[in-house]
Amino acid sequence: MAAALETQELCKSFGALTVAHNIDFRLQAGDRHALIGPNGAGKTTFVNMLMGAVAPSSGRILLGGEDVTAVRQAARVKRGLGRTFQINTLFAQLPVLDNVALGIAERRAVAPRMWRPASSHREIRDECLELLATLGLADDAAVRSADLPYGKQRLVEIAIALGLRPKVLLLDEPAAGVPSAETDRILQILEKLPSEIAILIIEHDMDLVFRFARRITVLVQGEVLVEGPPDEIARDVRVHQVYLGESHHA
Amino acid sequence: MILYVISVGLSVTMGLMGFINLAHGVFAMAGGYVFATALGRFGVPFPVALVLAFLLVSLGSVVLERVLYSRLYAAGELAQVLFTIGLIFMSVAVARAIYGTIAPPVFLPDYLKGQVPVLGRDFPTYRVFLIAFSAILILSLWFGVERTRWGAMVRAAVDNRAMAQSVGINTRRLFTLTFALGSGLAGLGGGLGADIIAVQPSYAFEHLVFFLIVVAVGGLGSLRGPFIAALLLGIADTACKYWVPQFGAFLIYVATIGILLWRPQGLFGVRA
Amino acid sequence: MTHAGGYSADPRIRWPEYLPWIAALAAFFLLPEYLSLGARILIFILFALSLDLILGYAGIITLGHSAFFGLGAYVAGILSAKLGVTDPFVQLAAAAAAAGVLGVVTGAVILRTRALTLLMLTLAITSIVLEIANKASWLTGGADGLSGVQTAPILGLFKFDLFGKTAFLYCLAVLFLGWWLVRRLIYSPFGAMLTGLRENTTRMHAIGAPVYRRLVGVYTISAVMAGVAGGLLCQTNQFVGLNVLGFEPSGELLVMLILGGVGRIYGAFVGPVVYLIAQDLLAKQFPEYWYFGIGSILVLVVLFAPGGILGLIEKWLPLSRLKSSARASAR
Repeated sequence: MAAALETQELCKSFGALTVAHNIDFRLQAGDRHALIGPNGAGKTTFVNMLMGAVAPSSGRILLGGEDVTAVRQAARVKRGLGRTFQINTLFAQLPVLDNVALGIAERRAVAPRMWRPASSHREIRDECLELLATLGLADDAAVRSADLPYGKQRLVEIAIALGLRPKVLLLDEPAAGVPSAETDRILQILEKLPSEIAILIIEHDMDLVFRFARRITVLVQGEVLVEGPPDEIARDVRVHQVYLGESHHA
Repeated sequence: MILYVISVGLSVTMGLMGFINLAHGVFAMAGGYVFATALGRFGVPFPVALVLAFLLVSLGSVVLERVLYSRLYAAGELAQVLFTIGLIFMSVAVARAIYGTIAPPVFLPDYLKGQVPVLGRDFPTYRVFLIAFSAILILSLWFGVERTRWGAMVRAAVDNRAMAQSVGINTRRLFTLTFALGSGLAGLGGGLGADIIAVQPSYAFEHLVFFLIVVAVGGLGSLRGPFIAALLLGIADTACKYWVPQFGAFLIYVATIGILLWRPQGLFGVRA
Repeated sequence: MTHAGGYSADPRIRWPEYLPWIAALAAFFLLPEYLSLGARILIFILFALSLDLILGYAGIITLGHSAFFGLGAYVAGILSAKLGVTDPFVQLAAAAAAAGVLGVVTGAVILRTRALTLLMLTLAITSIVLEIANKASWLTGGADGLSGVQTAPILGLFKFDLFGKTAFLYCLAVLFLGWWLVRRLIYSPFGAMLTGLRENTTRMHAIGAPVYRRLVGVYTISAVMAGVAGGLLCQTNQFVGLNVLGFEPSGELLVMLILGGVGRIYGAFVGPVVYLIAQDLLAKQFPEYWYFGIGSILVLVVLFAPGGILGLIEKWLPLSRLKSSARASAR
């Protein structure tokens, strides 16, 4: 069966700077995969290439077995790819409900409609509220997202992506900037995510990574150093070397 | 060529400072007025009049920058566009009030009048002078930006203002200086070009499109870009007006659209 | 809280929204000497609404909206003066269609760019249209303008009279239709999407919105509206001059909209009313001061009152609380 998401010899250079070199990567449905590596390893660029926000210099990207290397970001999203951003990229001035509704409306092809008022589309509102409830945000539906505490904003990030009912979900540092007391919450949410979705998480929080991921890929200077289950990675000498001198941060 | 001298100032302020200053033409116009007045009414020699145009406009721009522009650096594109359009309106009124609607006469010194033989053909002396002067200008600017500490600081500050500040670069002063330079260049261009491009109250409006075209086609933040763009567009414009006079003005626009579709960041711009 | 619309908003018409229409009808009966100014105001409200759609909602900054306005005016005029077509609705439909075609063609080309480049291209396009109008004087009358425009009585019954009564009500009716359509659009899912585009384009890409296509769509709709406004101008003045094209009308419109308040639908009503009345009163007496005045108002608004007049009202009057309670009751 074709992988949910796959890259073949993916490369990216900005002029003389190579940020990705021959990355071969596979993600199956239901996977819980983490991508780790020191700062500047090229992780976010990799995610941007997967999404289609940045074009690779060479190599292929396959989504559900289909070559999407030349396919635009919006079209990839329609085919089941979703992401969250490392820095909150919400519709800050809009209520939480609208934040999630915009994505759901796109998925349901309601967004281009110009006649009936948006708020009369009960099915969208209901789906939003249901989704928000699973994340514990139901009471915040009417709150302007900019007014929420940072940790909840991170959850709204995830909510927006979930509203797209993705088959593959790319989470870019979901715990970034979240106080360590609240990362448990994020982990709980992540564990409750539907099991059929293939999830790739980029994270620096090793605690979260080792509790969540079933496979880990280590990326160093744009190349895959090693890939394997958490306990192997934890024991791998090269991984330790790479992180030597880097303080463990939550 | 005049377009270049004026527009490079805009490329400097816009590309290096990220501020959409549509009122750039106002500084050019002011320079033109200062130049023509100094030359005509006060009988000041040509080079001094040019220097005056540069200096007075620079100083004026510093005042404007400190008092008004600096409040809007973080304000977003729409605010900057609106603000500078407002400035244009105000300048039109002021210019009209002081000078009336007729362009002031420009008395070129004798040594710049007439014709000069270049490569076997006779060209108007003043035009040759303009081209030579502009070439020297671009070289000094290029040198200034690429090779001096000032240039490096400006590039650093634009790249990452917070970082530059933490390294000890006084970004406030730097921006003011850069703005003054860019506006002074505009003033200089306005003065230099006063003979060719009439200095009227509606100057800033009339030529706004051209300044923007030269900057956008040339590429923001680059110095070579507006030079090449002004050169290309100037030549193309003259050629087309000669061969196909019916469509003279269009071709600049069409060419602009074409170039920007092919390279949206301009010929030498950096992709954002 | 500024922009109307969205999935949490209550789309029902609230009582303050009846005020403009009541005021317009009152003006019709109480100020019969000012009906031609009134018609002009109504036309510019429609024009401003079209700009608000792309500027205030979709976030497209343009200085070239006069291209659609002017094209609409000239098409309606040429249809009458050169082709003898005098039915007002046909003229308007032609104006709308022409502006729409220009909108979709230019939009498709320029909406791939953003910020400064986009701004410059909009200016370039309106300059091109101006050049064409200037050069093609056999068609447009060139610098002398297009005269001899005739508009047949509306529905065969209502003649355009000298006092401007028919013109005023005609413009009011068209404006009402335009307003109603815009309002529907704002409150629809498409309108919510536009707000999303303006707020965070990156996120819109990431939720699968075909951003470029949507921008071209709203740009075209806006162009059609501007074209209709231009057609109305031609019909009410029975003349079209070059001053409907180029930077000046775009710039003026921008001032009007900012003055009223961007992205608030009714800013497009308040702005032209205040601006055009002030212009009528002051510009002829003190032309130099007028330009200086609008320039300084623009600067002051940008620095101190970015929401325009409506923004100031929202801050100081309890109407804003009315709006948010309407929002709450919608859940």
